[in-house]
Amino acid sequence: MSAPRRLPRWADLGLLPVVSLLAALAASAAIIAVIGESPWMAMRLLVAGAFGSQEAAGYTLYYATNFIFTGLAVAVAYHAGLFNIGCEGQAYVGGLGVGLACLGLDHHWPFWAILPVAMVAAAAFGAAWAFIPAWLQARRGSHIVITTIMFNFIASALMTYLLVEVLIKPGQQSPESREFAAAAWLPSLPALLGRAGLEVSTSPLNLAFLIALAAAALVWVFLWHTRWGFALRTVGQNPAAAVYAGISPPRVTLLAMLISGALAGGLGLNEVMGGQHRLLLDFPGGAGFVGIAVALMGRNHPVGIFFAAVLFGALYQGGSQLSFDLPRVNRDLVVVIQGLVILTCGALENLFHVPLAALLARGRGKGEGE
Amino acid sequence: MSATPTESPAAFAAPGRDLPPALELRGVDKRFGAVHANRAVSFTVARGTVHGLIGENGAGKSTLMNIVYGFHQADAGEILVHGRRVELHRPHDAIAAGIGMVHQHFMLVGRFTVLENVVLGAEGGRLLAGGLARARAELETIARDYGLAVPLDAVVEHLPVGLQQRVEILKALFRRTEILILDEPTAVLTPQETEQLFHLLARLRQQGKTVILVTHKLREIMAATDRVTVMRQGAVVYETATRATSERALAESMVGRPVLLQVDKAPARPGEVLLAVKNLEVRDRFGVTRVRQASFELRAGEILGLAGVTGNGQSELLEAVAGILPPSRGEIVFKGVDLVGGGLGPRERRRLGLAHVPEDRLRMGVVATFSAQANAILGYHDRPAYNRYGLLRGAAILAGCERKMRDYDVRPASPGMPLSAFSGGNQQKLVLAREIDCDPQVLLVGQPTRGVDIGAVEFIHRRLVALRDAGKAVLLVSVELDEILGLADRILVMFNGEITGEVASAEATEQKLGLMMAGVKEGDA
Amino acid sequence: METYTLIVLLLAATIRVATPLLLAALAGMFSERSGVIDLGLEGKMLGAAFAAAAVSAVTGSAWAGLAAGVLTSVALALLIGFACITHRGNQVVAAMAVNIVVAGLGPSLALAWFNLGGQTPQLDAPGQRFIGLVWPWAGHARETPFPGLLYAELLSGHNLIIYLAAALVPAGAWLLYRTRFGLRLRAVGENPAAVDTAGISVNALRYQAVLISGMLCGVAGAYLSTAASSGFVRDMTAGKGYLALAALIFGKWRPYPTLGACLLFAFTDALASRLQGVALPVVGVIPVQFILALPYVLTVLLLAGFVGKAVAPQAIGVPYAKEQ
Repeated sequence: MSAPRRLPRWADLGLLPVVSLLAALAASAAIIAVIGESPWMAMRLLVAGAFGSQEAAGYTLYYATNFIFTGLAVAVAYHAGLFNIGCEGQAYVGGLGVGLACLGLDHHWPFWAILPVAMVAAAAFGAAWAFIPAWLQARRGSHIVITTIMFNFIASALMTYLLVEVLIKPGQQSPESREFAAAAWLPSLPALLGRAGLEVSTSPLNLAFLIALAAAALVWVFLWHTRWGFALRTVGQNPAAAVYAGISPPRVTLLAMLISGALAGGLGLNEVMGGQHRLLLDFPGGAGFVGIAVALMGRNHPVGIFFAAVLFGALYQGGSQLSFDLPRVNRDLVVVIQGLVILTCGALENLFHVPLAALLARGRGKGEGE
Repeated sequence: MSATPTESPAAFAAPGRDLPPALELRGVDKRFGAVHANRAVSFTVARGTVHGLIGENGAGKSTLMNIVYGFHQADAGEILVHGRRVELHRPHDAIAAGIGMVHQHFMLVGRFTVLENVVLGAEGGRLLAGGLARARAELETIARDYGLAVPLDAVVEHLPVGLQQRVEILKALFRRTEILILDEPTAVLTPQETEQLFHLLARLRQQGKTVILVTHKLREIMAATDRVTVMRQGAVVYETATRATSERALAESMVGRPVLLQVDKAPARPGEVLLAVKNLEVRDRFGVTRVRQASFELRAGEILGLAGVTGNGQSELLEAVAGILPPSRGEIVFKGVDLVGGGLGPRERRRLGLAHVPEDRLRMGVVATFSAQANAILGYHDRPAYNRYGLLRGAAILAGCERKMRDYDVRPASPGMPLSAFSGGNQQKLVLAREIDCDPQVLLVGQPTRGVDIGAVEFIHRRLVALRDAGKAVLLVSVELDEILGLADRILVMFNGEITGEVASAEATEQKLGLMMAGVKEGDA
Repeated sequence: METYTLIVLLLAATIRVATPLLLAALAGMFSERSGVIDLGLEGKMLGAAFAAAAVSAVTGSAWAGLAAGVLTSVALALLIGFACITHRGNQVVAAMAVNIVVAGLGPSLALAWFNLGGQTPQLDAPGQRFIGLVWPWAGHARETPFPGLLYAELLSGHNLIIYLAAALVPAGAWLLYRTRFGLRLRAVGENPAAVDTAGISVNALRYQAVLISGMLCGVAGAYLSTAASSGFVRDMTAGKGYLALAALIFGKWRPYPTLGACLLFAFTDALASRLQGVALPVVGVIPVQFILALPYVLTVLLLAGFVGKAVAPQAIGVPYAKEQ
């Protein structure tokens, strides 16, 4: 196979995702037109709905928090050469850990003691849910894509059972746990800003957003500034070179998936402890899959993931506004746009990559090495 | 390139016949990116002969045959089959022209039976039942005519490799192949299976078929072919009737005479034994034994060269000593430490002072997508020099890379550039710099100047000699005989997994080495 | 006697639930046997369900709906094929993307065209759905428990698509094992290079496989909305596409074992509804979710090698590129 022309780094990290995004938006615009609404109008409403007010912006970042966690999770696995489709289930079970910690401790301990326990629980439970598929891939060669999908369904069944039979608040119909006591609530960021003197409209945006940012920074340090991250990336790029360097690919596979699951568990902090203050059904709400889109669009780099997560948060928030203002549109359209972004950023790369590289090469003369 | 003239085409038409040659190539040229795989290749294969095509790995033989089979398209040149010009765009066209190919890596569907594999693509109709029955009858006839007994209903992946190859040959015969190309057919055969294959080739010739045998093994050429063409670096360098040549002559033309860079070096002063290998047996990933009963010692202050034609076990031996391929039998003792028994992997071996520059740097020695400075710590990323509590010390790594680039003249001196952007020579210099940087006692080096430009070759050679003069030991594996002769103090030759001889470099000549490389043991005629 | 009736009714329900699974699993079989992972079963089914229900509502004909469903599913299949076969894109990502797009597009279009909150209109006029075909004397036969009830409930009374699905199992087996096409299809999933060197086009074969998958998924989706229910609702496939994939793996990519796996999984589904809240000897009440999760757990056990070995087609998931 003749080697495809290489894209310069800036184009690969910056231009290609933008081109892919534009393609997805173009396709979305076509669909909006088919539905009978104006694409321009829809886009304008989307942006306004996402950033038009402080409350809206708060919601956008609140949703983005989930996507930062799952995006980081997918990215870490990806750097090790693995496809973690199980973030949905890992986030769900991670949230279970958070919920259990809160339900167990909220009447007995102060917030600052509960927080670290909840964080550890989120990570540990999420990692545990990723462990079995990881072990099966590393030791028995079972295809991790299939096993993680299966585990998503098993998680769903497990959580349904727990919420309906075990954790449900006595006497109520809806399958939810009781509400946590205030000690187990993640402080809302608008409230914190208010105390510092800045008046900001309320929204569910909470401390988990800052934790997510910290997680992103830690992932960045881990992957590119530690020896374990170095080993992980080596396995993902060239397993033969990893063996040559004395690195064990099965061990790295396990480590990568555990970290990935732990990150996905962080979603539980945002939703369960920060937003809903209780355990409820299906709180990940598809964020696991959005994480794939976010990671792909963000080129598996924490900075890119942050921006992609905010973009998808905006889509989410703006989308729900859209359904209020345009009668023929509902939140499902946002799902369509998400899917199109995954398609263009993740599967149709080669379609854009080759002409883009040719275009750039022509642009700078015959400089590209041949 | 050698200037030995070829014989005129008329002189080797099959005796008693005046038919156009089975296959004629005129000026076939092919590039893969920067690699010039075939340079204006022209040669002719007479009908009803077994024609050998020999050359080192990378000489371009497989590419050429893949073009003849329609798998690749030539950039220039013509191909004539039985005197008529043909356009071979896909294997389908080649098959229609009567050309069949048995690839080096079998093109078989392991889970299918022999019968199903043979008929794939020539099923004889939309429904299998009729076609399979007819094929079965025809295959029985073919099996009788050529002595090719294969159980038709056996599942291919359960068959031994020798029988699998027969299935490939059956495939070709079933399609009425007139010109059969065999690409490195004996790579995975035992000596007995090889003999059987040669009988088969003779039988094919008797039946008027034409065979092209592509190989790098001299003995096979001498045993089985009527004529032989030698290729080197993409071009034809020699052509002759087999009976008019010898293994020695072929070995010389295969290896060639590149511009000799004499390395000035003082005589060696070997010290204590650093590495002792005893009765080593190594199997490759498919379970085939590649190294048999290998024993040698490596002393401080010497360069031990391991010569031999590619594929005779040197690679596996090197990987076993480096800790990548575990040996099935035998001992490797390094500075008194039992490496095999102690289960020490590459990381531990590096820590003890055993460094390794691999033969295939792109596949194994570097991560092409990583930057130069990242590659400069590959395998050493857990060292205190580059690490504090697990955090990589960016400044130290950068400074280290800059120093390596300066000392080894790596250009451009940009630690942040991805390694794929560097030329082969500069990549290799960086790998060498990395492996020598931590002051190893023993350096294992495979094909140090493969794909490296002349200037860098000289630099690398001088560095290896400097290492040896500093009292270290170097185990050098190379298929370039001149490199071995120029650098090594002592030379071991490997053939078919065994060490067939040892010569002090002062007494070594190309002829002597060539014979040992062809399997003629010391002491034999 | 009551237990007997219960069991027969359970089996009848099993057949009805198994049908879309079976169709989707057979679809996946063709695609995966050729080397293309078929994670898009969910999306193709859902898309077909929407199209079938929408067209049936508008035209009044279930057959038109079926045709529309098949066309939609085929279009989606070809889209995934385009990304993966021609452009050698990641098969997993492409399929997941299509699943997500369809999950959103169905309700979006439904809302825009029918304004019912994301559903299609109820299919209650005659001819808009596939209804059960009652065999002669079924009414009378029902009175006799054995074999009358079996005849009345298990054989008779199913709609056309169910009978079609049953017929497709031997048909699929025949296509896969007794025709030239089937031989080549199986070969290309194991060793595409072998097929290429035999002079056959790898991409053409894979596209054909993907096409068949699209057609079968189309029938499966149409069944869901125009036979099993009376219209399209959001997320109506509810993971059946993945369950079908699990059944395919459990059935080791072979037609008859896959049929068995589909029946088994469908049985657990039917059982789950029956056993809800019912106390069994020794174990007590099994939570319904555990029963529903059983197929997935079984598949994981299989993949782990604890319940026999599942050996996938060797070349699956790897885009084919000629080696240099």
